Amino acid sequence: MDYFDILVSILGSTIRLSIPLLFTALAGLFSERAGIFDIGLEGKMLAAAFASACLAYVTGNPWLGLLGGIAVSIIFSLIHGFASITNRGNQIVSGVALNFVAAGLTIVLGQAWFSQGGRTPQLAGDARFSPITLPGVDLMRDVPYLGPLYVNVISGNNILTYLAFAAVPLSWWVLFRTRFGLRLRAVGENPGAVDTAGISVTFLRYRAVIVAGFLCGFSGAYLSIAQSAAFIKDMSAGKGYIALAALIFAKWKPVPVMFACLLFGFLDAFANFMQGKAVPGIGEVPVQIFQALPYVLTCILLAGFIGIAHPPKAGGVPYTKER
Amino acid sequence: MAVSVIRPLHVRRPEKERQRRVSQHPAIELVGIDKSFGTVHANKNINLKVEKGTIHGIIGENGAGKSTLMSILYGFYQADRGEIRIDGKPLTIRDSQAAIAAGIGMVHQHFMLVENFTVLENIMLGAEGGQLLAKGVAGARKELKRLETDYGLDVDPDAVIEDLPVGKQQRVEILKALYRSADILILDEPTGVLTPAEADHLFKVLKVLRDQGKTVILITHKLREIMAITDDVSVMRRGEMVATRKTAETTVEELAELMVGRRVLLRVEKGEPRPGKVLMSVKNLTVKDSRGVTMVDDVSFEVREGEIVGIAGVAGNGQSELLEAIAGIRKPASGEILLDGQPIAGADPARLRALGLAHIPEDRHHMGLVLKFEEYENAVLGYHRDPRYGKGGLLDLKAIRAEAAEKIEKYDIRPPNPRLKTANFSGGNQQKIVVAREIERDPKALIIGQPTRGVDIGAIEFIHRRIVEMRDAGKAILVVSVELDEIRSLSDRILVMFAGKVVGEKTAEAGEQTLGLMMAGIAA
Ligand SMILES: Nc1ncnc2c1ncn2[C@@H]1O[C@H](COP(=O)(O)OP(=O)(O)OP(=O)(O)O)[C@@H](O)[C@H]1O
Ligand SMILES: [Mg+2]
Repeated sequence: MDYFDILVSILGSTIRLSIPLLFTALAGLFSERAGIFDIGLEGKMLAAAFASACLAYVTGNPWLGLLGGIAVSIIFSLIHGFASITNRGNQIVSGVALNFVAAGLTIVLGQAWFSQGGRTPQLAGDARFSPITLPGVDLMRDVPYLGPLYVNVISGNNILTYLAFAAVPLSWWVLFRTRFGLRLRAVGENPGAVDTAGISVTFLRYRAVIVAGFLCGFSGAYLSIAQSAAFIKDMSAGKGYIALAALIFAKWKPVPVMFACLLFGFLDAFANFMQGKAVPGIGEVPVQIFQALPYVLTCILLAGFIGIAHPPKAGGVPYTKER
Repeated sequence: MAVSVIRPLHVRRPEKERQRRVSQHPAIELVGIDKSFGTVHANKNINLKVEKGTIHGIIGENGAGKSTLMSILYGFYQADRGEIRIDGKPLTIRDSQAAIAAGIGMVHQHFMLVENFTVLENIMLGAEGGQLLAKGVAGARKELKRLETDYGLDVDPDAVIEDLPVGKQQRVEILKALYRSADILILDEPTGVLTPAEADHLFKVLKVLRDQGKTVILITHKLREIMAITDDVSVMRRGEMVATRKTAETTVEELAELMVGRRVLLRVEKGEPRPGKVLMSVKNLTVKDSRGVTMVDDVSFEVREGEIVGIAGVAGNGQSELLEAIAGIRKPASGEILLDGQPIAGADPARLRALGLAHIPEDRHHMGLVLKFEEYENAVLGYHRDPRYGKGGLLDLKAIRAEAAEKIEKYDIRPPNPRLKTANFSGGNQQKIVVAREIERDPKALIIGQPTRGVDIGAIEFIHRRIVEMRDAGKAILVVSVELDEIRSLSDRILVMFAGKVVGEKTAEAGEQTLGLMMAGIAA
């Protein structure tokens, strides 16, 4: 294999590995920009993955599966909202609790319903989102360089992948060009300003967490019915936390969020590629070193290489008028 | 400081204006308003009438309940009992949206702005004119332009709030209200943060608004302002409305007495200073702010035992940085600071305290107090390592609370409860907590930033008296204040700072005019 083929193959898996991060980080973007910390992204993703797999299996329809994932993820968001917005509880505690609930519940229900050790049954081909071939693939195939990139990286992904990339400019537009976005960003900075402008802080924050739930539904469905063909226990494997890191790394801005997710996806893909391969001049390196790279990078970046990351000012603080 | 010209106003809504003159109802009528926060009874059965087209002042000591009452009118808090009538019609104001709809606008004591938004975004928030921002922006810009020419309220719509000085930020708050075409404008202590020129301009704007038929409610601690621009004035004391007067028929002395419930001395009484040896000296001090801009530029001066040196200047001319450098909060770029002969430039605050330098910071919320702590905890903050308050890493809470209770008694801090969360004290009482803590340590030197910002006249009298007593006890005292009156009445010597430099020294007898010019950098 020459180097270009290797690059194409790594880029292809970079895309595949970035998508769940991207949906999840965008979810976190909406929630945190509104001042609600969401450590529960992980759990929402996991619960959505489970729900999607179950529904897709029962109905044989991936779209219904996706819908089920979204619904469950929004329910988790509403619980988080009820705890942290309505009852002004601690947002971190509520998020962590939801992560535990999701991790436990998916296994228990999965075992009870399907008796496959927490797995859901394998999905038939048309019960999941399969790769789409974009027009012009045959024409492009023989173009040097661009051709393989188009055929193997840009084309041949499932619909959710394209939706994820479409969600980036859409999120930007919603946040920075609409009334909802303006208010959402304001409530994450100074809820008092929103309240005195005659806008309900509670309702606004609920809408923000619902959007977050909606987006997490996509990332969960992607995991279980697009990337894989079943739900496997703990299949989110910490992606929710990596997405949070990407969000901070991107300083809570949509387009940088995309690049941060692609970077983390790339590191992941690179680690997979290096598995069992020798590094020139060093010899074989334990794969764990490469697998640790994204986390090491996160630490280094957060430790100051991105400058000071200013989180939304009112983030994590329940809104109360009584002092 | 250029004060923009306010153009005369063409009457914009003749129809509405005429109707307004015909109707005899007061613009606002509050009947039996009652409000408690937990155990604090902030408003007790308040009745108030505000006539249309007038400027109505509200005064009262810290914690009297002024902000609470106005926040109820604005729908920010809900009254426990009582009725609000606007233009004679009873109205339930469940939230600020209802208040805005009823034509009420409010400039809060602590601004309600989104600091990383632009001016335009802040003004549009809640009145965007459609789901998409693009639709409203052009209209908003035009309306802002109109408000600017009509009232001389100019701000750059694209400036980001956190880059603006407080005076401009307040302008944005006023514009927010006018943008929503408020007929009733509530201003909660608007002049606390303004320079004299900015305050003058604000008053011109308020008079124009009144002449247009709008109703203005003005809360302030400065009786001079009340006398200068209000038509009526109401006095609150401890949650109750105790009196309402026509401004023309009352005097400063009467108002002060109504407010505090006893006669108040409006001037500081002090004898001749008896300066001793030099205790604090600052030599060629240069201080930069966090962005590297030189804020204090080669400043030198001395403070002797038994004298009060005041530093006058418009906010932002380096006084804050000077104080912070002396207090050990900010490292000077160069220069020397000596306390009783010892070099202290760059020493940390704990060491400075040990050497006998006490500091009352300008901003009690960010530096002087931890608002979430109970009062007694703040009463020893910074001195908590003292063996009097415990040993071996453990605090002697009984001793601390007993001492806190003593200070509360001595400084008349209300409510007298050392276990109350500090955030629940009003501004003036919070200030007294800090003052008591620093003065009662009996330091050799005392540096004070804005000793009485947002503090009522009763407390001002008290704090000033304590400062003078400290002087008479032979302490060296440095006071920084943007209130020229305060500087003039407290100081034995006055230094004027402009653009980071000390541009001149005067005695307390120097006229307001002379000092004002020096503060503006005109005559040295
Ligand atoms: N949100 C709140 N939660 C609890 N207590 C409050 C709250 N707001 C005000 N209080 C208490 O109610 C009383 C009245 O406060 P308020 O702020 O209305 O006084 P004020 O007259 O505006 O004083 P100042 O001149 O210092 O601004 C005070 O004792 C204050 O501590
Ligand atoms: Mg107040």
